[in-house]
Amino acid sequence: MKCPPFEYHRATSVDDAVAALAAAEDSKILAGGQSLVPVLALRLARPTVLVDVNRIPGLDGLDVRDGVLHAGALVRHAALARQALHPLAAAAAASIGHAAIRSRGTLGGSLAHADPAAELPAVLRACDGAVVVAGPDGTRRVGADALFVGALQTDLAEPEMITGVELGVPDAWGFAEFARRHGDFAVVSVAAARFGDRLRVVVGGVAGVPHLLETSAPSGTGALDEVAGALADDVDPSSDLHGSAGHRRALTRELARRALADVITEPAREPT
Amino acid sequence: MRITLTVNGDRHRLDVEPRRTLADALREDLGLTGTHLGCEHGVCGACTVLLDGEPVRACLLFAVQADGCGVDTVEGLATPDGTLHPLQEAFSVCHGLQCGACTPGMLMTAAHLLAVEPSPDRERIRAEMAGNLCRCTGYVGIVDAVASAAGVMAWRPREDHD
Repeated sequence: MKCPPFEYHRATSVDDAVAALAAAEDSKILAGGQSLVPVLALRLARPTVLVDVNRIPGLDGLDVRDGVLHAGALVRHAALARQALHPLAAAAAASIGHAAIRSRGTLGGSLAHADPAAELPAVLRACDGAVVVAGPDGTRRVGADALFVGALQTDLAEPEMITGVELGVPDAWGFAEFARRHGDFAVVSVAAARFGDRLRVVVGGVAGVPHLLETSAPSGTGALDEVAGALADDVDPSSDLHGSAGHRRALTRELARRALADVITEPAREPT
Repeated sequence: MRITLTVNGDRHRLDVEPRRTLADALREDLGLTGTHLGCEHGVCGACTVLLDGEPVRACLLFAVQADGCGVDTVEGLATPDGTLHPLQEAFSVCHGLQCGACTPGMLMTAAHLLAVEPSPDRERIRAEMAGNLCRCTGYVGIVDAVASAAGVMAWRPREDHD
């Protein structure tokens, strides 16, 4: 179908975007458009104004300071997949959709959309990251644990806009996902990040928000199975067309094992 | 809204409604019907074109967003004298199409793949072409065609083709 009519505002700055968002009753940010435009084409939403933020300068930077990746909200998935500053974010971004999706989709857009099966919300939570948000009353910082409220729901208010993203660079990391077809949203994904002796393992696709297990990084024989088992016990997935709850739990265990393989080091087995 | 698009090297000025997708602007306003529309919501890949060299779904991009940008479509692949691009040749020879609905998107996706990765193996080709759906061929001919074109393009001087 064709999209319903809307007014189009091409924002020139963050302030301009926030003012345009606040001025209209039912406005939406147009960033990469890879989730919003299908929603419009299927006429599931009819915003009156689209505020195009793609040409706002200075929102596509990537920079590591004090062990934290500071990324602009307009960093495309393709650019995130290419960078070497944050390998976990790169691996997760490379798993998103197809090349034509990654060349448009943005980091800020994916986080604001908050699809429970999406890769980047899981990474934000695994890295105990945060988003920098601009609104009519200035800017604020929202941590990953507070940002995601439910499926497709965030703590952001209507006239607010994500301008930047902070992702701690983990000492060790892993990412694994299972999708029905190449490029589909994952049925289950697991992002694991170790910071010193703290381990954060996040499962996507098993709840309305990315599910977090935080623990001290275990070691020793059987540590991998122990964490994977604890995670599978901890999640409470539901069944849908893409998989039963039991399937999702089994996937959680197996994908956690794969994601944690480079994160938890077990002592080498004695040769038998 | 007045915009400028440079399509296959030619500059066009046009006046479009904001909700006009790039795919519709190409087809309806510029008469470039080589870009096909299948699902119109970003799933099938038939409308894939290159925007400033990057592959995009032309059904998920409004024409106003492409204002001032360069767009490459399937019409730009063959040379002006009608000589087919090696990918077009290969799709014909390898039976990489039947009805042709998906072919423009396949060709543009493959053109981008070979531009950034000149000799992908079959597994890479399968992975990179997975965002373009074909209901006729079963994909084997398409993978054959891209692999074959990669070989030809590596061997043949490339001044004639981009």
